[in-house]
Amino acid sequence: MHALTLPDARHHDEMLLASGAVRPHYQQFAEWLHSQTPAQLAEKRRAADLLFHRVGITFAVSGDESGAERLIPFDTIPRIVPATEWQMLEAGMKQRVTALNAFLHDIYHDHAIVRAGLIPAEQVFTNSQYQPAMQGLDLPHRVYAHITGVDVIRHADGQYYVLEDNLRVPSGVSYMLENRKMMMRLFPELFTRHAVAPVEHYPTLLLDTLRRATPKDNPTVVVLTPGPYNSAYFEHAFLAQQMGVELVEGRDLFVKDDHVFMRTTVGPVAVDVIYRRIDDAFLDPLAFHPDSMLGVPGLLSVYRKGNIVLANAIGTGVADDKSIYPYVPDMIRFYLDEEPILQNVPTWQCRKPQDLSHVLANLGELVVKEVHGAGGYGMLVGPAATQAEIEAFRARVQANPSNYIAQPTLALSSCPTFVESGIAPRHIDLRPFVLSTGQEVRMVAGGLTRVALKAGSLVVNSSQGGGTKDTWVMEG
Amino acid sequence: MMLSRTADQLFWMSRSLERAENLARLLDVSYRLALMPQARGDKVELAVPMLLTGTLDSFHQRYPQLTPENMLNFMVFDSSNPASILGCLKNARDNAHAVRGTISAEMWEAVNATWLEARDRASRRHAYSDFFDWVKERSHLFRGATYGTLLRNDAYYFIRLGTFVERADNTARLLDVKSHLMSPAIEDSAPDYYAWSALLHTLSAFEAYRAIYRDSISARRVIELLVLQPDVPRSLCACAVEIRSILDHIQGETGRPAKRLAAKLVAGLEYGSLDDILEQGLHAYLSRFLADVHGLGEAIHRAYLEAA
Repeated sequence: MHALTLPDARHHDEMLLASGAVRPHYQQFAEWLHSQTPAQLAEKRRAADLLFHRVGITFAVSGDESGAERLIPFDTIPRIVPATEWQMLEAGMKQRVTALNAFLHDIYHDHAIVRAGLIPAEQVFTNSQYQPAMQGLDLPHRVYAHITGVDVIRHADGQYYVLEDNLRVPSGVSYMLENRKMMMRLFPELFTRHAVAPVEHYPTLLLDTLRRATPKDNPTVVVLTPGPYNSAYFEHAFLAQQMGVELVEGRDLFVKDDHVFMRTTVGPVAVDVIYRRIDDAFLDPLAFHPDSMLGVPGLLSVYRKGNIVLANAIGTGVADDKSIYPYVPDMIRFYLDEEPILQNVPTWQCRKPQDLSHVLANLGELVVKEVHGAGGYGMLVGPAATQAEIEAFRARVQANPSNYIAQPTLALSSCPTFVESGIAPRHIDLRPFVLSTGQEVRMVAGGLTRVALKAGSLVVNSSQGGGTKDTWVMEG
Repeated sequence: MMLSRTADQLFWMSRSLERAENLARLLDVSYRLALMPQARGDKVELAVPMLLTGTLDSFHQRYPQLTPENMLNFMVFDSSNPASILGCLKNARDNAHAVRGTISAEMWEAVNATWLEARDRASRRHAYSDFFDWVKERSHLFRGATYGTLLRNDAYYFIRLGTFVERADNTARLLDVKSHLMSPAIEDSAPDYYAWSALLHTLSAFEAYRAIYRDSISARRVIELLVLQPDVPRSLCACAVEIRSILDHIQGETGRPAKRLAAKLVAGLEYGSLDDILEQGLHAYLSRFLADVHGLGEAIHRAYLEAA
């Protein structure tokens, strides 16, 4: 028998009610779980750890000077999403990404949404992520974000909310694929009992998306990585291998006669599409950071001539910025004339005096985030913070209010997870991936479920002790 | 076609692994000799691994005395010595890490697991002779994984190229240093008998010697076997023949100078004779061979690894 800690009633648990009753879509899994002994499952977890280590699915911890690599802890209890919920999530995410791409085209062309008075001009044009170099540049099929990762959570009310859109270089899809492979290897019998939607065709869809991103026939696609010391290097190499394209670093590429070439054993070879996993600022030392060793000198000028496609485009960061996030529902209404299917988390913008005073008066209950922050750094989780931490953060917010937004502390849903004491509820989020070609928006039914392994913690980031789970979307 | 950087990293990945294996072979023999009481005072023999890798100066900077313990520690587990076995395995792993999208999962797992376990064994100061056997096994495993799982494209050829360029270099150096320590004239003397058979063991060529000559160990025949015999996998001739054939498989027109050098090397070995070699002196001959291999390595770099 497993030592099971029940969830409390203050948040939604994906599998169990507070009474211990199992939700219908987890019924079969729960039966299977109870038929396994704790020793059997512990053995499987050890096997998973060993396999992940051998395969080298590790990530480099930023700030760790020894360059150490760690495994991201993998939990063997899957997060299961019922078919009907997925249909809603999928429709909502496609709608959202379509509107975000329309927004990006608009703010780099006619600024209709600004002229309509829906978003203040300074929010867009003075945003550090706004790239003036993109103004007036026509992109093939008007696609800016070819690949998007949308982070959603489920609140205590049972509803899904979008936490953020990741339109720059969203990562994590390799864990979605490797977690599934691991589960099928460890527990093949589970997949004969459950109709789990497949995710394995993601690299094929991604390659198709990248090839269709250029009008050229039979284009040469490459993946551009900052190199082996980047925390997501495993994923860059993995995707390049799965797609059968070259994994290049900046020094492998050069610009000549307004085209981009890679250095190969048979001489220069022209490149048409770059799936870049490098931030805008490092892409071209001539246009952005002059000291960047990661980029390709002259890339931006080739890009502006339309001779290379970058996925994602330069300047998408302005649309996933936390200061623009509150306007996404308005974008959906403005560009698509539809009501948002997925809800935003209510957000206070500290740049507004009224919102600021509300935030400062309620720091203890709110989550406060830096507008440009990512990875769970630079944020305050009010209920979990000490008085000293709150006061320190108050000073930072007061010094630069427009750099912060605040949201209610969401009761992220939980999922039973293996911990020292047995099985206990741990908070989770979900990042599915959305691929856009301009003609269609596609997704595989699945995503990356991240889990905060510390009891009560709401921070799921792998850099802060988060783990992952396989995500099962049931076929309807 | 492949990225020049990728080809370079594949080449050095396999060179580093081959070097680790050859070091294990050499040190295994040195270790056994060091265990013999009379060898304790033989500083020259103990210095051979450092002479071969050009690290004698950095050894003396770090260790007060040339003892078997210090030599083994420096050449096996000392991670601050890039020429140690551990250093080579790390270099192989780092290169593999950078090209893991190009090699098969089995190959990556073989290299990565080798590095992880070597580091662990180093921290536990694992017994030396077991460690040497293990390193050889891991190298065999990697070659097997390469042979059995990798598409026969340029990646495969650059990996093989690294192996044989390094092996040609190692065999020649080993032969050169060892023969230096023996009687100046290539004559058969009893004390040298053990040294020559140890050399054959180091290069896994003892059985080959018995099978080919069916005779007692003689210096002349050992040299002939290790230089001119194309059927012995670690001989200079076998390595050169492999290098020439691999270069023929690599796509592109940029490799002509490298191919010409390889063909010249092969012709010299295929049509060479032991008497010619001994007439000019083994050391002089091997020095020229090493210079040729070095030149070939440079030509390979210019043609493929630093292109455009």
